[in-house]
Amino acid sequence: MTDLLKLSGVHTHIGRYHILQGIDLAVQQGQTTMLLGRNGAGKTTTLRTIMGLWQASSGEISLAGERIEGRATPDIARLGVGYVPESMAVFSDLTVKENLVLAARDGPMDDKQLDWIFGFFPALRRFWLSRAGSLSGGQKQMLSIARAIIEPRKLLLIDEPTKGLAPAIIVALIECLKEIKRRGATILLVEQNFFAARELGDNVLVMDNGTIVHRGEMAALAADVPLQERLLGLSLEAHQ
Amino acid sequence: MTEIAAADPLPKPKRDIAPILLPIALALVMIPLIGSPSTWLTLTAASLAMGMMIFIMASGLTLVFGLMDVLNFGHGAFIAVGAYVATLVLAPFAASMQADSLWINLAVLAPAALLSMAVSGALGLVVERVLILPVYGQHLKQILMTTGGLIVAEQTMYALWGPQIIPMPLPTSLRGSFIFGDVAIAKYRVLAMLIGLGVFIAIQLVLNRTKLGLLIRAGVENREMVEALGYRIRRLFLGVFMTGSALAGLGGVMWALYREQVHASMSDELTVLIFVVVIIGGLGSIGGCFIGAILVAMVANYGGFLVPKLALVSNILLMVAILMWRPRGLYAVTSR
Repeated sequence: MTDLLKLSGVHTHIGRYHILQGIDLAVQQGQTTMLLGRNGAGKTTTLRTIMGLWQASSGEISLAGERIEGRATPDIARLGVGYVPESMAVFSDLTVKENLVLAARDGPMDDKQLDWIFGFFPALRRFWLSRAGSLSGGQKQMLSIARAIIEPRKLLLIDEPTKGLAPAIIVALIECLKEIKRRGATILLVEQNFFAARELGDNVLVMDNGTIVHRGEMAALAADVPLQERLLGLSLEAHQ
Repeated sequence: MTEIAAADPLPKPKRDIAPILLPIALALVMIPLIGSPSTWLTLTAASLAMGMMIFIMASGLTLVFGLMDVLNFGHGAFIAVGAYVATLVLAPFAASMQADSLWINLAVLAPAALLSMAVSGALGLVVERVLILPVYGQHLKQILMTTGGLIVAEQTMYALWGPQIIPMPLPTSLRGSFIFGDVAIAKYRVLAMLIGLGVFIAIQLVLNRTKLGLLIRAGVENREMVEALGYRIRRLFLGVFMTGSALAGLGGVMWALYREQVHASMSDELTVLIFVVVIIGGLGSIGGCFIGAILVAMVANYGGFLVPKLALVSNILLMVAILMWRPRGLYAVTSR
C-alpha cells in the first residue's frame, strides 16, 4: 500500500516553544490512521503543520510524492486536503447552504454528494437556510465534516470530531466516518475518545511530547491494555 | 428533534430585525418632541442624507476591520484625497457646473467622482502594500503606521494645495430644495440618499448573491478556515482594502459638495463618527454599518436641534447605549 502523506523529521516552533520535535509518520492510501496522545502532545500542531497553518521549521512533508512544506495553506488545500479543525470553525454568519457552497470550491455542489450527506446528517437539510451559528454543537460538527467531504478529497485531516458531543451524536458520527472510509477516503484522525479510535482506525500513531512514541495497527493497540495504559494513561475498558 | 422528509419545503432563515426597527422607532419618538411635522421631516431627511454619506465612508472601513483585522486610523486620508481629486477635475469645468441642466452637471460630476474613487483606490493599493502588509496581526504597529500615514498624507496635501480652504460649490441644478407644503428638502440631500442607497444595495448584492461576497463574509469571521478551504485570502484583502479606499474617496467628494469646501483636515471631523458607526454596527457588518450611520446622523441632527449642548457627546452616548444593549454591536459578525 502506498503512502499518501509522509512526514520526515518535522519540527515546528510556535513562538519560543518547540512543539513538534522530529515527527516521522506515514498515512497510507485508503486507510484511516488515528493520531492519539495526551493533551498537549502535539496532535493538533501536527495537523496544522501539514495544513500549512503553522510552518514547519525543518523537515519534509510530502503529499502523493509532492513536497508541500513551506507552501501556503490554500495551495495545500487545492492539492486535495480537507481539514476539519477541533473548533469546527463553521462560518456562523453564513447559512448551512452557504457554508457548503463555499466548501465546493470547484463549482456547484454535486446533488448526489449532497443527498449522500443529507442521508447521514438530516439536520443539515432541516437547517439548510438557517445561520450556522444557530446550530447545536453536534450539528456544527456535522456541517464541518460535510464541508470537508462535499467534494472528493485525497486526504482528510480531522481533529477531535467527537469532542464535547453527546454519546448518541458520537455514535452517529462514527457511523458517518465509517461510511466515508468505505468510500475509500484516506483519513488522518486525531481523537481522544479511544472507543471512537478503535471503531475507526486501521493504523495508530501515539504522540507524546512532540514525537511519535508508538506506531502500529489499531486493532493491536486496542487488544493490549497494558500498552494502552502505558502510552495513553488509560485503557479501553475504562472508556466504555 | 423532529426531522423533515426530503420532499418538505426548506425552512426560511430567521431575521434579526430589532436593529432595523431602532432608527424607525427613534424617528417616531422624535415627532412629539420636535413638535412641528415639517421640521421633523426636514431633520429626518437631513439625517438620512448625512447617514448615507457616513455609510459610504464607513462601509469600507468596517470590512477592512472585520476581514483583515486591521485598525486603519488613516482611512480619513482617502476621504480628503478623493475630495481634492474632484476639485482638480471640476475646476476646468466650472462653466458646466454652473449650467442650469441636471444632465450637464452630472456629466461633469460623475467622471469626477469616478476618478476620485480610482485615485483613492490606487492609493489604497499602495498603503496596503507599503504600510499594512508588514504589520498584519500587530494592532499597535497598525495604529502607529496608519496614523503616521494620515499625517504624511495631510501634510502632503497641505504642500500641494496649500493650507487654505478650497471652495467646492454645488452645481446649479442641485442647489435649492424641493418644497412640499411647509417641508423643504435640499435637492443635494436627495441625491446623497439615492447614491448611498445605491451603494448599500450594490454591496449587499455582492455580499449576499455572489461567491466573492460569501468569501468576504466568511473571511470576516474566520480567515484561517477560508484559507483551509483553498481560497487565497490575501488577494481578497487587497481587493477589499482598495474598494474601501475607493468608497472613502466617493464619500469625500460627496461630503465636500455637502460642505461646499475642501480642506486637508476635512476628515478629522468625520473620523470619530466613522469609527462610532463601525463599532456600533458590529465590526465587519455592512447592515450594521448602514443602520449605525443612520442612527449617528439622526442623533446628531435631532440632538443638535433639541439639545444643542448635547451635540458634542451625543454620538458617544449613543455608542455607550448600543454597546450596553449589544456589546459586539448591532450585528455581531466577528468574535473580535
